[in-house]
Amino acid sequence: MAAPRFPLLSPAAGPRLLAAGLRGWTALVLVFLYLPVLVLVVYSFNAARLGVGWEGFSGRWYAELLQQGPLQRAALNSLVVAGATTLLSVVLGTLGAWLLHRYRFPGRDLLESLVNLPMVMPEILLGISLLVLFALAGVGLGFTTVIIGHVTFSFPFVLVAVRARLQGLDPALEEAARDLGATPWGAFRHVILPALRPAILAGGLMAFLLSWDELIVTYFTASAASATLPLKVFGLAKVGLNPVLNALSALFLLVTLAGVAFSTYLRRAAR
Amino acid sequence: MTSPPAALEPGARPGAVAWLLLTPLLAWLALFVVVPALLLFGCSLGERDEFGQVLWGFSLENYARLLDPVYLRIFLRSLGFAALTTALCLLIGYPVAYQIARAAPRVRELLLLLVMVPFWTSFLVRTYAWMAILREEGLLNALVAWLHPAWAPLGLLYTPAAVVTGLVYSYLPFLILPVYASVEKLDGALIEAAHDLGAGPWRVFPSVILPLTLPGIAAGVTLVFVPTVAMFAVTDLLGGARVPLIGNVIQNQFLQARDWPFGAALGVALLGLFLISQLLLRALRPHGVIRG
Repeated sequence: MAAPRFPLLSPAAGPRLLAAGLRGWTALVLVFLYLPVLVLVVYSFNAARLGVGWEGFSGRWYAELLQQGPLQRAALNSLVVAGATTLLSVVLGTLGAWLLHRYRFPGRDLLESLVNLPMVMPEILLGISLLVLFALAGVGLGFTTVIIGHVTFSFPFVLVAVRARLQGLDPALEEAARDLGATPWGAFRHVILPALRPAILAGGLMAFLLSWDELIVTYFTASAASATLPLKVFGLAKVGLNPVLNALSALFLLVTLAGVAFSTYLRRAAR
Repeated sequence: MTSPPAALEPGARPGAVAWLLLTPLLAWLALFVVVPALLLFGCSLGERDEFGQVLWGFSLENYARLLDPVYLRIFLRSLGFAALTTALCLLIGYPVAYQIARAAPRVRELLLLLVMVPFWTSFLVRTYAWMAILREEGLLNALVAWLHPAWAPLGLLYTPAAVVTGLVYSYLPFLILPVYASVEKLDGALIEAAHDLGAGPWRVFPSVILPLTLPGIAAGVTLVFVPTVAMFAVTDLLGGARVPLIGNVIQNQFLQARDWPFGAALGVALLGLFLISQLLLRALRPHGVIRG
């Protein structure tokens, strides 16, 4: 750094100190955000069972993870649920975004508030109200009920993402396609849909990650056989620390990193 | 399939096909959002029989039970925890959001990414990480034992402080991101003008920057406050059963105590609280924009 051209208490010193303070604070907060998780990852390679002391590098807990049938089963359940949720959310969200964008009809504002509701409502309310519905309708809890719950809070995120993209789209695009003889469906399929692809992918990824991580709604709508990974992890963590959970958490983190990297790539590609 | 050209403009009335396509959306929201909410309300008016089955009826008894000091205290405690968490997130997160927004584009992208990763990381993993740090044989206690052996071990896990730490840790990115979005839209010329008129940073912040970023603050506060009021997983893991919040009680009524009508009444009360907070925020929001 060059020698300061102003004495420390010049009028410029205040803002400069403030700027340095802001930078320092940001760095500190980032450390706060990352340190606990990093500690977890490091300790997942510790040979010691749960001690603070380092007893050597070991992949033992990862190996043990491979022997945990119930956890693998739960991971598979999570994949099935997240996959189905993503698919349904993308269809429902894209269709909804398109129709809400294109048409004006009575009750449209109400419909929009209703779409936003599951995104902002406390998840526990969605969970218990669905539980009451399923009980009353005589629907046994299982994969279907979990997926219904997940789609209900996920598809609005797809809808919002696609809608934002639609609003940035030139309406002349569709007009031109129609003038060139495309049917409404053809125009949608060959002109609108490709333009929406980045938003649909981003929304779908969001739906997948939301579903993959979800605990609260699942807690009320899953059966023992359809328990997802977060539900299993929650049950195990409630009992106490477990080195296998450290390893599992580290793997979770890896999935998240891959997802974020993919979404960054999508955003770059969209530009 | 020929439709009049008028249908091309956004703002057209839907035809038969469009209504047909709209049906799945309408049906989904009606069946899985509206009807369940109504059923929850209906259930809260009923009572349970000795086997935990719901007897539908019409009584306000469950709501009368809500006024029991035990539950009032839990409600107040939940609101207090959520308010404290939100305030801490705001104090910690606002400067960070501000710094991200004013950083050079390259740095900004990196910083945003650094906030995004914890945002997307499972809150279970993040809560679990704190369990490992705060427990008796955890890292923090090892540090304390090394620095000041007389204090060790501190009982850190399963305390209200642990719960709030975990909640702040989990929800901090939910505050930073919307506030960032709002700071980023800030017109630099306005701040410059204030500076030119002789206002220092301590004057510019409360009278220019804060009012202009109010929409972002409102969004961030909602995203933190609403889920923390009803959270039961973080409180279960970091608070043990010692600090029950409203979410824990609802969860307990539905799955262990099997008193669904009472749990439903608690849920309806929570829903009412949520709707009131939304209306308040909506009433506040335009002022922030107008004042700017």
